[in-house]
Amino acid sequence: MSDAESPDDDFEPVQVFGDETEMDLRPGSDDCYKCSTCDTNCPVAEVEDEFPGPKFQGPEQWRLKRKGDHDIDDSVMKCSNCMRCDGACPSNVPLSQMHNTARGEYVDEQMDKLSVEYLRNRMLSNYRLLASLGSKVPRLANFVMGLGVTSWLGEKVMGIPSEREMPEFATQTFREWWSERGGNATSKERAREARAERGGSQVSNPDKRVAYFHGCYANYNTPEVGKAMVRVFESFGYEVMVPPQRCSGTPMFANGMLDDARRAAETNVEEFVAAIGDGADVVASCTSCSMSLRQEYPELFDLHGIEDLSNNTYEALEYLRIHEDLEGELADTEVDFPDVAYHAPCHARNQGLEGQAVEVTESIDGVEAHDVGDSCSGISGTYGWKEEHYDTSMKIGEEMFEHMEAADADTGMTECPTCAMQMEHGTGYEIKHPLELLETALVEE
Amino acid sequence: MAIRDDVLVVGGGLAGVAAALAASEHADVRLISHKQSTLRHASGLVDVLGYPPEGGEDADPIAEPFDALADLPEGHPYERVGADAVREGLALFDDAVGDTYVGSHTDRNALVPTHGGTVKPTARYPKSAAAGLASDGRDALLVGFAALTDFDAPLAADHLAAAGVPFEARGATVRFPGEFRDDAKVTRYAHALDRNEDLNGVPARTALAEAVKPHLDGEERVGFPAVLGDDDPCGVRASLAEKLDADVFEVPMGPPSLPGLRLEDRLYAALAEAGVHAETGNPAVEVEAEDGRIRAVVVDRTGRPVPYHADQFVLATGGLVGKGIDSDREAVREPIFDCHVPHPSDRYDWFDADAFGDHPFARFGVDVDSDLRPRAADGTAEYGNLRAAGGVLGGYDFAAEKSGGGVSLATGYAAGTAAGRAAGGETSDAAIPGDTT
Ligand SMILES: Cc1cc2nc3c(=O)[nH]c(=O)nc-3n(C[C@H](O)[C@H](O)[C@H](O)COP(=O)(O)OP(=O)(O)OC[C@H]3O[C@@H](n4cnc5c(N)ncnc54)[C@H](O)[C@@H]3O)c2cc1C
Ligand code: SF4
Ligand code: SF4
Repeated sequence: MSDAESPDDDFEPVQVFGDETEMDLRPGSDDCYKCSTCDTNCPVAEVEDEFPGPKFQGPEQWRLKRKGDHDIDDSVMKCSNCMRCDGACPSNVPLSQMHNTARGEYVDEQMDKLSVEYLRNRMLSNYRLLASLGSKVPRLANFVMGLGVTSWLGEKVMGIPSEREMPEFATQTFREWWSERGGNATSKERAREARAERGGSQVSNPDKRVAYFHGCYANYNTPEVGKAMVRVFESFGYEVMVPPQRCSGTPMFANGMLDDARRAAETNVEEFVAAIGDGADVVASCTSCSMSLRQEYPELFDLHGIEDLSNNTYEALEYLRIHEDLEGELADTEVDFPDVAYHAPCHARNQGLEGQAVEVTESIDGVEAHDVGDSCSGISGTYGWKEEHYDTSMKIGEEMFEHMEAADADTGMTECPTCAMQMEHGTGYEIKHPLELLETALVEE
Repeated sequence: MAIRDDVLVVGGGLAGVAAALAASEHADVRLISHKQSTLRHASGLVDVLGYPPEGGEDADPIAEPFDALADLPEGHPYERVGADAVREGLALFDDAVGDTYVGSHTDRNALVPTHGGTVKPTARYPKSAAAGLASDGRDALLVGFAALTDFDAPLAADHLAAAGVPFEARGATVRFPGEFRDDAKVTRYAHALDRNEDLNGVPARTALAEAVKPHLDGEERVGFPAVLGDDDPCGVRASLAEKLDADVFEVPMGPPSLPGLRLEDRLYAALAEAGVHAETGNPAVEVEAEDGRIRAVVVDRTGRPVPYHADQFVLATGGLVGKGIDSDREAVREPIFDCHVPHPSDRYDWFDADAFGDHPFARFGVDVDSDLRPRAADGTAEYGNLRAAGGVLGGYDFAAEKSGGGVSLATGYAAGTAAGRAAGGETSDAAIPGDTT
């Protein structure tokens, strides 16, 4: 397979699910002492009267199930999988794992596989397929997606709100750029040059190697983020590998499409475990992708090597802060970059990464990052893409929009591509990724 | 390798925040916390000392907590740090919360009615509770919401009357206007009031006032369960007060607590203003130590150990509730630094025979010297550059004596100041020769 391609998605729009991974989450529900802290953290429960909240979704539902043959409550589809409840629970109840498993069971056993809702969810969660088709003819796709009629049709036929603008496809995907640039061989050479420039002893360091998990969005929509990742890591002397890969599974978990997610996980685990075997650490530029590989994979699937992948995956900035003197390196840099209103994605928060982008920016002269607070952007991946959730999603996002507008900046910054869409949608700002800022500060072209 | 600060505070509750704020006067500080703090469970009141430690069930509440400090037994956290640190800790708190809190005008305890209808002696209380004080002679109407069963207003009013408060208290239960689910979250009510949401055609604040009006019988103040706004509590109370033509106050509730949540927000904003880097989500699990000093605390990021280096460290991980102290059938331990936690080896001696008796386990915790350094079994400091504060300390029972907030502030202030000074080179402990990493 050439570098520009990725494995096929064996996408079947209608498929009766086979045997699902059986999970026993009852011990987790016993740890719940009903303090309701999780409920006060749930951005959906705060605005949506139909949603009973994480305490019910998780421990209470699993307790009911133990008592007898209880159906999964359909409200589980209203959970946006932001995973804030996880970080809240003082008793370490695995809430999001419970929600993900319940959602899988609900979709599997209780949802009509011929309904528009099911098809729409299946399509949204398999965004990569849509994107890979669209990016074959990006200009045409962008044009068609932008037509009013398509949007209106989207709402009527597919349940996608007409207010949402479809993300634009890049004219050249990240993988196409990567292979045109010479793939891994070129990266090896550039990393070696950078090491030589940085001082002799490290010139032949085989361990300075990372495998990049770009995810769908950096590949099809924002290749500039992927390029920035490659250039920044090479400038620190890292050889970058870009193994074949499929969706991280984040949108599939949120839609209860656990079988789709499992199939994608099989490819990802195999490819990246092989890279780890070659001495690489795994680095992602999207915080939901790193979250998925680290936490959701081992929680939901039992695949050979999955723990290995989980233990060796990092978010890009996180990696540099741990392994390099990033702040020292940035100390005497000055950039021409707009000041930014920074939003920490929920999934970054969950990995303890919510402060790093602003902290790193503080070391760079000529740019300021204003943290817009701890509210949720409201989009949560595919959640805000559903007609029935659009209003909730915008209501949750309201606080963030207000803070962005109050901040002293007209550009946004975040690590998560769907948060970026919501930020742009709510404010009209252009949204940058922290890696793009690092590229400006550290890489001379 | 690269995460390095002067002072690292482990634990993000009241004690950790106080330590970080105090240390930030002298040095660069990072605060790491696994989960959210117990502030969200707590009432939002900050108690210094409400009851004598060994007073038992029927002890009278303490009116002048500062006068009572001198009588505390050796080893009590207040005895370790001294009364000045208690004052400094409160001053630091007052500074951080600004005009959202009341109580700094006096040393005396205030008496705040709680949702059960008891009267609680406390040192600092949210402004939203100010019009509700039990020492105030004005008659009060307490309003409960049918769906919020934690606060039974008529019952609470009866309890207050039985407690002998100097005013008439009546209770009424109303339905919160609008179509909320029966188990709606406190944040849902607060948010509706913050935004003055449209509830069946009527703005939320107006609709609530209208629901209460028929029950009002000349009372000059009206108490609600503490759900009156999250972002704009002042505005919510002012609108209700205007429409009801009476003072409006909140009655602190059990967990989850909005006043606790607001306090947490306020304190974290103060941390940001002070330049403290705060992060949550991952637990500290162990340490790297050398020659009696901690070099780094190791944080578990989903399976990956990540070292956080610093010159000075503060342990503020809370007690049995905050998970700072861990116990199993055999022993009680402090899991990160493995500090010595004195406790009887026989498990039967951990508890009092009487269920409501004076249980020794409530006082289990790390044993410290007067500089708040945890002590090993032989009485020497475990590490030269580690101090402990708050619920993780032994020698007091915060729930029985009502001293949780005060101990956290006083010891947090003392530990943070000492750590900041040492890291900033102001005291000799700054660096042991040879340790240049
Ligand atoms: C139900 C309840 C009601 C209360 N009511 C009152 C009241 O009315 N008035 C009053 O004054 N006080 C009250 N308190 C006490 C008060 O809220 C605090 O518990 C007390 O001040 C102790 O604070 P702390 O900062 O030491 O610990 P905590 O608030 O427990 O915070 C500990 C922090 O450390 C973190 N942590 C633990 N282990 C790790 C680890 N391994 N790595 C990283 N982080 C870790 C936790 O996640 C948490 O954020 C109440 C407490 C409870 C539980
Ligand atoms: S994952 Fe997010 S939306 Fe779902 S229950 Fe938890 S906090 Fe609520
Ligand atoms: S935060 Fe944890 S313990 Fe508290 S109610 Fe939620 S699941 Fe239960």
